[in-house]
Amino acid sequence: MSNRKEMMEREAWLEQLVSELLAEAKKQGASAAEAGVSSDTGLSLTVRMGDVETIEHTRDNGLGITVYFGQSKGSASTSDLTPQAVRDSVKAACNIAKYTTEDRYSGLADSRLMAKELPDLELYHPWGIDVDAAIELGKECEDAARSLDSRIVNSEGASLNTHAGLHVYGNSHGFVGGYPTSRHSLSCAVISQQAEAMQRDYWYTVGRAATDLEPAESVGQKAAQRALSRLGARKISTREAPVIFQSDVATSLLRSFTGAIRGAALYRKSSFLLDHLDKKVFPDFVRIHENPRLLKGLGSAAFDGEGVATKSKDLVRDGILKSYILGSYSARKLGMQTTGNAGGVRNLAIDPGELDLDALLKKMDRGLLVTEMMGHGVNMVTGDYSRGASGFWVEQGEIQYPVEEITIAGNLKQMFQQLLAVGCDEECRGNLRTGSWLIENMTIAGS
Amino acid sequence: MPDFIDIARGVLLEPAGLQERDLESVLDQLLSYRIDAADIYFQSGRIESWVLEDGIIKEGAYNIEQGAGVRAISGEKTGFAYTDELQLPALLEAAKTARAIARAGEQRSIRISTSPSTQQLYPPINPLTSLTEQEKVDLLRQVDAEARRQDPRVKQVIVSLVAAHDVVLVANSDGTLNGDVRPLVRLSVSVIAEQGDRREQGAGGGGARDAFSYLIDQDRALSFARDAVNQALVNLEAEDAPAGAMTVVLGSGWPGVLLHEAIGHGLEGDFNRKGTSAFAGRVGEKVAASGCTVVDNGTLAGRRGSLNMDDEGTPTQNTVLIEDGILKGYMQDRMNARLMGCASTGNGRRESYAHLPMPRMTNTYMLPGKHDPQEIISSVEKGLYAVNFGGGQVDITSGKFVFSASEAYLIEHGKVTRPVKGATLIGDGPEILTQVSMVGNDLQLDQGVGVCGKEGQSLPVGVGQPTLRIDELTVGGTNA
Repeated sequence: MSNRKEMMEREAWLEQLVSELLAEAKKQGASAAEAGVSSDTGLSLTVRMGDVETIEHTRDNGLGITVYFGQSKGSASTSDLTPQAVRDSVKAACNIAKYTTEDRYSGLADSRLMAKELPDLELYHPWGIDVDAAIELGKECEDAARSLDSRIVNSEGASLNTHAGLHVYGNSHGFVGGYPTSRHSLSCAVISQQAEAMQRDYWYTVGRAATDLEPAESVGQKAAQRALSRLGARKISTREAPVIFQSDVATSLLRSFTGAIRGAALYRKSSFLLDHLDKKVFPDFVRIHENPRLLKGLGSAAFDGEGVATKSKDLVRDGILKSYILGSYSARKLGMQTTGNAGGVRNLAIDPGELDLDALLKKMDRGLLVTEMMGHGVNMVTGDYSRGASGFWVEQGEIQYPVEEITIAGNLKQMFQQLLAVGCDEECRGNLRTGSWLIENMTIAGS
Repeated sequence: MPDFIDIARGVLLEPAGLQERDLESVLDQLLSYRIDAADIYFQSGRIESWVLEDGIIKEGAYNIEQGAGVRAISGEKTGFAYTDELQLPALLEAAKTARAIARAGEQRSIRISTSPSTQQLYPPINPLTSLTEQEKVDLLRQVDAEARRQDPRVKQVIVSLVAAHDVVLVANSDGTLNGDVRPLVRLSVSVIAEQGDRREQGAGGGGARDAFSYLIDQDRALSFARDAVNQALVNLEAEDAPAGAMTVVLGSGWPGVLLHEAIGHGLEGDFNRKGTSAFAGRVGEKVAASGCTVVDNGTLAGRRGSLNMDDEGTPTQNTVLIEDGILKGYMQDRMNARLMGCASTGNGRRESYAHLPMPRMTNTYMLPGKHDPQEIISSVEKGLYAVNFGGGQVDITSGKFVFSASEAYLIEHGKVTRPVKGATLIGDGPEILTQVSMVGNDLQLDQGVGVCGKEGQSLPVGVGQPTLRIDELTVGGTNA
């Protein structure tokens, strides 16, 4: 799907499919319905130890429909877009709706909130790279990693992914909207060794346009440098200390924050930030902003999962929680308005501070720099936090040695309050953007 | 025994008018290039799920997943393409794409012969239709009522019920054709309990490769609700967890996720062929205390991780990973087995037709020892007793792994005393089992809710173990 004309034809076909789905739902008695269809093609390949390892040609289709009979709903989805499977899906959804309970909060989003205009957010930049050229780029990337240092002894390979696709959503308000997107990435993972101990690390680059990717050589070199820097890692004793979450792992703290202000977590009373709207959640200097229409953004879209126009907003200003993350269902449950976040947040960023990572280390003086975390030890109901970690021990603002096989623990609510600084070393590769976070104090468990 | 191949043929080939000679022509197309092996994997999957929340049946969803994946292997190289159209032209197109991994060679010709099914571990039924819709939503309501009946502090109950019906057919370039019909049901309960300004969650659940009747028999579904409530109520009383290295007693059953993370992933064939696992090249070495025997067994009747055959058509088996402390072998799919000069252990699994198979676990557990669980707890002066866990993760190269307790207690002077908050436990895979000083006589498998993720592919698995005493493990609480 690399040429624009073919893409436009396909978009017209998917829009047609959505309107047929909605018509079929109506025919089967539904009072309202909404449907989404997507179609994506791509190439994923891996080069390992200087030779191609896997070549996967991907081609994924998907269709989902939700029907409403008054306030009862049913859903169905299929990867098979043949007319028979499409009819079966609508029928299955309608049948399910007979057994779900009437729920006065359910239904489509308010028709007045539907996106009226769909600006081009520049999300579609097909690469058109052929298999041979992709293999060469993978080799260049992996070679750069493997040749950097003789202690790089093994490799999991370099992977190149390129995908282009279309997404079309429509509902019985008459809204139908679609847009093409592309996404390309290059990653590399290698293994370093010293004595008996092996360490693995990786690096990647991702973007809507191939021209926005980091050079292959640089991706490989960073992967190798990261794997080398972990050699000689040791366990440290149990202690309390300040902790810096390096920007690429600090994104997970932002993710925990957004998870706690999601509508579903709030109406289920399963969030540690329940009833915190207009309350102080972070220190004064913190602003967290969502920009869903960022040009070329990896999270960008002009309408959310219900057709509601997206708009930029502050979630946190001067440290105070200013908005939840709501779709129409959770908004009605909470007696509020949808925030255009059905399907989640889009391009969320915390304002960067003044200090780069080195300056943050100086500010911390003595403590732990965390560069990787393991496991899922976050309790979203209480905010209790306990995760595996590895990184570096820091004294007098300088990295001393790598550490591993330790845990870091605290409570997210307190950790947010104890945020001392956000770095200017922004991680920009994903839907969540942040610099490194310096947190005043956490419990480190080790030997 | 039912003929799984006949059933699979009826679901996957006949509606599309496909015959065995069509599969032969696709394989011939693949084999006209210089490849070592190839297969076509047909899948028709149906999943139905229901969710009860706030006392009402809030959601129901039905999912169709259908297609075929075509794979060609040449040495260490794999070419792969798939299609959601079960038609000959689409299959031939996918074959052309997949074979491009190798160069053109001589034309070869394949004759397919079906091999009779070798084991039947579950009934070849469609679990989606094993209850009426009304019976399904009634079951959800009963579970909700059971949870709320336990204690007035229970404020929120979410119950989900899921059934999956998977029909698969694998045609291999060695001329074999194998099929399987795989039912799977699961019920999960999560509750929030409230006391003053404190709120805590609890979770329970279980399932099997069976009809929904499995959940109703022996009041299993209701017992999952009680488990979830108990866990939430215990957590309402929990104090801060300790931090640091200490003696840990792991309960039987689900805490076997320890073995899955610490040992299991590191013993998957692909990582060992490539030398990226901390266990690579260590077969024959002592990696666990004497008395520790760990197996991966895909042949347990009805278990969530069990399969009649893996996704490459190889019958599953009971594979000994560690025997009396000694590392015996790895879990293999066909490709890694061939490259390492051994036989597949029936561990070649894939999430769907749109994913490549790789070595994956089935049901991984430790065999029982001789100690009474109470004796194990009594032996500990001061430590942690962890009986329930959430997920875990492992870095197979460094061997470091974590798993997170969701229900745990302090042991003081040989007695289980106060509950403590959940905490992550961290250790070193090749070392941890050498710290096992007592193995209980109470082997239990988990209730049937496990999901394992690897390289973006999720699969149902089982874990289990008897009560274990681990002399030293790092506990990641806040109380230093």
